[in-house]
Amino acid sequence: MDVLGYILQGFAVALSPLNLAWCFVGVFLGTVIGVLPGLGPAATIAMLLPLTFRMDPTGAVIMLAGIYYGSKYGGSTTSILLNVPGESASVVTCLDGYQMAKRGRAGAALGIAAIASFIAGTVGVVGLMLIAPPLAKFALSFSSPEYFALMCLGLAMVVLLAGESMTKALLAMLVGLWIAGMGTDLFTSTSRFTFGSAELLDGIDFVVVAIGVFALGEVLGNLEVRQGPQMLPVPKGLRNLMPTWQDLKDCRFAFLNGSVIGFVIGVLPGAGSTIASFISYGIEKAVSKHPEKFGTGVPEGVAAPEGANNSETGGAMVPLLTLGIPGSGTTAILLAAFILWGLRPGPLMIQDNPALFWGLVASMYIGNVMLLILNLPLIPLFAQILRLPAYILYPAIFGISIVGVYSVSSSLFDAWMLAAFGLLGYAMRRLDYPAAPLILGFVLGDGMERALRQSLMMSQGDLSILVSRPISATMLFLTVLMLIAPLFRRANAWRVKALS
Amino acid sequence: MLAGLGIFIIVEARGWEYLGPDGPGPGFFPLWYGVCMVALSVFLVAMSFAQSASGAAKAVDWREVGRALAAWSGLALCLGLLKVLGFLLAFGLFTFFLVAVMYRRPLGVALAVAAGMSAGFYLLFPLALNVGLPVGKLGF
Repeated sequence: MDVLGYILQGFAVALSPLNLAWCFVGVFLGTVIGVLPGLGPAATIAMLLPLTFRMDPTGAVIMLAGIYYGSKYGGSTTSILLNVPGESASVVTCLDGYQMAKRGRAGAALGIAAIASFIAGTVGVVGLMLIAPPLAKFALSFSSPEYFALMCLGLAMVVLLAGESMTKALLAMLVGLWIAGMGTDLFTSTSRFTFGSAELLDGIDFVVVAIGVFALGEVLGNLEVRQGPQMLPVPKGLRNLMPTWQDLKDCRFAFLNGSVIGFVIGVLPGAGSTIASFISYGIEKAVSKHPEKFGTGVPEGVAAPEGANNSETGGAMVPLLTLGIPGSGTTAILLAAFILWGLRPGPLMIQDNPALFWGLVASMYIGNVMLLILNLPLIPLFAQILRLPAYILYPAIFGISIVGVYSVSSSLFDAWMLAAFGLLGYAMRRLDYPAAPLILGFVLGDGMERALRQSLMMSQGDLSILVSRPISATMLFLTVLMLIAPLFRRANAWRVKALS
Repeated sequence: MLAGLGIFIIVEARGWEYLGPDGPGPGFFPLWYGVCMVALSVFLVAMSFAQSASGAAKAVDWREVGRALAAWSGLALCLGLLKVLGFLLAFGLFTFFLVAVMYRRPLGVALAVAAGMSAGFYLLFPLALNVGLPVGKLGF
């Protein structure tokens, strides 16, 4: 069957009434949490994960993916109206979006953001549909050494690009590996790092770590201050939300730039939508005829980053679904969700679960249309969510987190672990340790250790197996290059400083 | 602290088999990430010393940290009370604490939010979704 046949099959799955409803729930929730500053898609997906265990995996993945890409649409609303990004990928949108709003063009800015998101989101799904199947076929030739090298490469990219300090990102990743190593060793049944506790013999549940570090860590961070930021007036009526023809004409290249850059960056593990939006904004400014106007409220300054952060979601699904390598905290949680539902993202995923994969792709087309319809006329309604008092929102998040963890294991021990990981998440946030490498280290830790040990079993303990195979050698070379390149840059900066 | 954790990991890993007849043992991987953790922590400590010597270190706002830790302590107390009071009461008390103490809302508002929140959770989870909540000695 060709791609067209598969995608038609996918639409048959995605258009079933139940999956359509899950898609709507996902994109609606995604928009809501995107609008809310301080609550990201990773935290929301982690909190809702336990509730999806009883769902059909296809419906569940359609809903969770809807939250992921829906949050990118909602994130622009707070950037434009509050000058506070609803999620990290919308940071750049603040630069021109808020300036447009201050000049009374909030409606046009919100409209451009929604249209750019729709175009780029759709381009991202087309890219996913065309690139994922051949990449999965190529990855079928991978064995344990290649998988180990691939995981090293993925972790190195996340470490390189997460946060300001690579050392802190590496340490966070190592802590993630340590937590993943807790419990009974799969090969020898030795108990590791269990502190004599029977509850730790099975290791720590992913839900506990993800909800603790992301949801509770974020909420505790937001509880540091009592007052929220002030919001600019919300434009009313669809007419006031529509950009002018001139705006759309000015943005035509920004739509394209955002779509392409976002997808390409998304495919690379670790880069993420924040970097995609920054690069896309930078390129748009560099090629603009009036770069000096960027930052003063030009529509291209909204269209390019908003497009990039939406297209990135389609790109990020490629390594997740075909290689089983997540590129960010949110996709790491999605990977864990797949594993918890009994699925194994990787080269065989598309072949073994065509209905799920193509159903998901088709649902992303449908979800983007739903989001455009939801976001254009209903932006004033979504903006009202910003008026929801923090003293109602945050207790609700605490409650959902506790119930979510308790519903998985019915264990109060896990609830205590949740509190401990919440404190860890808060401390990491406070001390500028990025959370994504920890979650990635945790998710990939088991697989990485297994791949390394299987590789060494294949070679009777000879480490050269990792560098004697061309694909794994290339990936490990790139890993080392990525980790040492910043050291050379820093050494060079010190040398220049010393000379001057 | 992370250096201490790294040393702990190395000490524990040394107690497990490193390389056996079937290949690497359970101590192989932890030993290496433990070593990396110690090395990176020492590097980070050295960097922080260099930064504080040049006066580039950031000041900590202890008031903000105090608010977050107060909220976390409330959460810990709520978890401690789950066995005795059950989720609905313990969580209601925690919500009351957050609204009245952390956000300085009037007691009436705090009471209404706490009661509403507990009722909402009861309606959504045990009744609508059939998801069990921790039950206390009072039977709910």
